[in-house]
Amino acid sequence: MSGRWTSMSAPDAIVLRWIRAALAVFLKDWRSELRTRYAMSALVMFVVTTISIILFSLGGEGASPEVLAGMLWVVIFFAAMSGLSRTFVMEEERGTGMTLQLLTPPGAVLAGKLLFNLVLGAGLTLLTVVLYAFFINGFIVRTLSIFLLTIALGSVGLAAASTIIAAIIARANTKGTLYPVLSFPILLPLLMTVINATRLASDGAPFSEAAGEFQILISYIVVVITVSTLLFEYIWKD
Amino acid sequence: MALRLVLHSLRKAFNRRTVFENVATSVSEGETLLIAGRNGSGKSTLVKILCGVLSPGQGSVEIDGAGPLNAFTRKALFGLVSPYLQLYDEFSAMENLQLAAALRGLRGDVRTHQELLVRVALDPKRGDPVHGFSSGMKQRLKYALALAHQPRILILDEPMSNLDADGTAIVRSIMSEQRTHGILVVATNDLSDIDVYERKVDLNVRA
Repeated sequence: MSGRWTSMSAPDAIVLRWIRAALAVFLKDWRSELRTRYAMSALVMFVVTTISIILFSLGGEGASPEVLAGMLWVVIFFAAMSGLSRTFVMEEERGTGMTLQLLTPPGAVLAGKLLFNLVLGAGLTLLTVVLYAFFINGFIVRTLSIFLLTIALGSVGLAAASTIIAAIIARANTKGTLYPVLSFPILLPLLMTVINATRLASDGAPFSEAAGEFQILISYIVVVITVSTLLFEYIWKD
Repeated sequence: MALRLVLHSLRKAFNRRTVFENVATSVSEGETLLIAGRNGSGKSTLVKILCGVLSPGQGSVEIDGAGPLNAFTRKALFGLVSPYLQLYDEFSAMENLQLAAALRGLRGDVRTHQELLVRVALDPKRGDPVHGFSSGMKQRLKYALALAHQPRILILDEPMSNLDADGTAIVRSIMSEQRTHGILVVATNDLSDIDVYERKVDLNVRA
């Protein structure tokens, strides 16, 4: 086994193995999801059901941009709560968490799971935005650049925070209720910022006006990923 | 330098219940270690500590003679077969082997994996999803997974569980092979072959 790496320096070999292991975690989760469709089904059903309820409750009437921007992120938040925890909860429920611990370093597990939640979270946000824009009267985006960047940064922030919270709650007995309860205070700064940025996009504000929101979102993402990286080994091991 | 696994005064407690304490021994390459004890005495807990998936409350596990270790090379030293080690049921036997190699950061060698599946008599079922396997077949696949990276330390927790006569014979040949070129650790209630173990830890004494 060691012969494979003799032509490389040891740090290069470790980095390459680490990347390969992280990709293996991502691809495992992705292939598993394609075969079982646990998270995807939950996410799609939640988004469709919630948007239908909003549609019925609004009737033919519109609502203010503030309310519509808030409702968009409420749908995304609760849909994320129903699906993004699966990646860690499934490992614990099936007892495969120890298999992962035995085979691969914690950092590679976190990176692979984060990548999986990023892809799933981006898909969820895209689906929600498309359905929301298509069905909800009065939801108009006047500054597309603000909206697209808000959606992109919001998805990344949501996936990053959801991943580490999922790792924490995966070993608890009351996973289903604990996840949104624990997520809400951690995601609150993110949610308030993306709701505000979405409102600015609906109002047609210039891009520079939303710069503060983007700075907060980028800082949030950096802080959450850094803290996750530092804490994950302790959460994952015992 | 020969590989040596040293257990320094290990203690583990869950909440306030002490599972075991003062567990100390060492085992070198070419030797076998028996971990004996009744149900609940902490055999599996000790096995998890040896593999590095659980931290001891006190004491440490030292590995001598393995050279500088990183996150991957330390994990590569160990192969584990145990009832609580679960496989990915939605994947086939071959996919599980390929996945394990990838999670170790290696490119899986299909030919080696095929040979391993032949050895544990699972080759005809290599493409079938594991959820259709019997418990004995899953146990055989765990052996293939544990041996795929040629570990220098093979740890078997209840090695014969769920196996038929053919499976038992396969495991006996794996165990005798490991004795010749590595460290074999066996945690079991079955003390019928107690004389073949050079080192013994009896958790009943400490429980």
